[in-house]
Amino acid sequence: MAKISFTAHLRKVAPPGATVVAADNLGDALDQVFARAPKLRSYVVDEQNRLRRHVVIFLNGSRLSPANWSAQVLAPDDDVYVMQALSGG
Amino acid sequence: MARKLAIGSRKGLILYVADGDGWRYDGVRFRGTPVSMVMQDRRDGSLYAALDYGHFGPKLQRSDDSGATWQEVTPPAFPKSDAKDAPAVLNIWALEPAGRDMPGTIWAGTVPAGIFRSDDKGMSWEMNEPFMALPQRSEWGGAGNDTPALSSMAVHPDDSRSMAVSISAGGVWQTADGGKSWRNTSKGLWAAYMPPDQAENPNVQDVHQMRRSPTEPGRLYIQHHNAVFTSADGGETWQEISKAFGFAVAVHPKDPLTAWFVPGEKDEYRLPKDETFCVTKTTDGGKSFRQVTKGLPAKPAFDLVLRHAMDVDRSGDRLAFGSTTGNLWTSFDGGEGWHLLSGHLPPVYCVRMLE
Repeated sequence: MAKISFTAHLRKVAPPGATVVAADNLGDALDQVFARAPKLRSYVVDEQNRLRRHVVIFLNGSRLSPANWSAQVLAPDDDVYVMQALSGG
Repeated sequence: MARKLAIGSRKGLILYVADGDGWRYDGVRFRGTPVSMVMQDRRDGSLYAALDYGHFGPKLQRSDDSGATWQEVTPPAFPKSDAKDAPAVLNIWALEPAGRDMPGTIWAGTVPAGIFRSDDKGMSWEMNEPFMALPQRSEWGGAGNDTPALSSMAVHPDDSRSMAVSISAGGVWQTADGGKSWRNTSKGLWAAYMPPDQAENPNVQDVHQMRRSPTEPGRLYIQHHNAVFTSADGGETWQEISKAFGFAVAVHPKDPLTAWFVPGEKDEYRLPKDETFCVTKTTDGGKSFRQVTKGLPAKPAFDLVLRHAMDVDRSGDRLAFGSTTGNLWTSFDGGEGWHLLSGHLPPVYCVRMLE
């Protein structure tokens, strides 16, 4: 079960605290969170499901490439953080 | 008379309320978040604010109580596609209500240039397919953006199926059938930034802003990248009335021959000519212009007024405009004299008078 957390900047639209989901990859994991918090989706990805340019995802402390983020395989106990990049804004 | 003044700024939606012969600060909504467009639907009083989160994409908010409370509604979005370069909305740049013959319908224009229609006050949107399918899109340019932008929409006040839109840079396009078909009506526009044989290409015209006279819908004004144009035939043909660069346009609500502009020096500078700031006003449809400087700063001034950052109310007496350097000026005498309301705002993107 991976644990998904979001930047405090998204507190108005994200589930409170970390969300624990059972998913094989990151795309499925975030889809499960978006199903619980529908407004969150458009803040994290655009309508083509591309990660927004100034959003960054960390997996167990390492920054993921935005190119193939959704296919990233998840292991049980993985820790995912969805953060705003220190760019733009 | 306008009762409220809404300023879409880099740091939120800043509101003022009319207070005698002045404006009183009424707080900031969406504090810290850029607001690219504000629209009041005068058919039902609802307010819309387009937010442009630097990190989290464009969003849309609606207020049904004159701005006291807001709810996030659905931002327009392009259809999902597997194409590698499929578009995503970067910014909402135009919001317009349809007329009384289409209650509840509002239009949105976006960057990249797309047109969207909502029949449920922004809860859902439908992209206009015929506009996206125009083969001439390949000729459009990005102007100041990375992609072509929908810079303004002018709905015909008597028939909502008839609408003119402007592209920066892609000319003027019109529909007479509610968006089923579109045609370019840019005859008379010319582009100084193109090779001579391409200057009159209708698909490269950088229309910064286009406004229609509400009382004489056949009369329109354009602030183009290298000139000001007017049309007296519903935007079919255009006549150059000034060679000034600029962005913003306001047209008098009752007198179709009166309009205001804020000239600048063109692309390589984008600041007031000779650092001297003025508003230009015509009262004869562009045959002549007067420079108004009363109440505006002496040289040097580096203020630039962006394309959505000037408005006039329904009386024609009250105007306001804001600049990229955070100055906000208002007028109570039809733009003959100006008053600095604040010199300490964030960069101003959009100014709208509210009823």
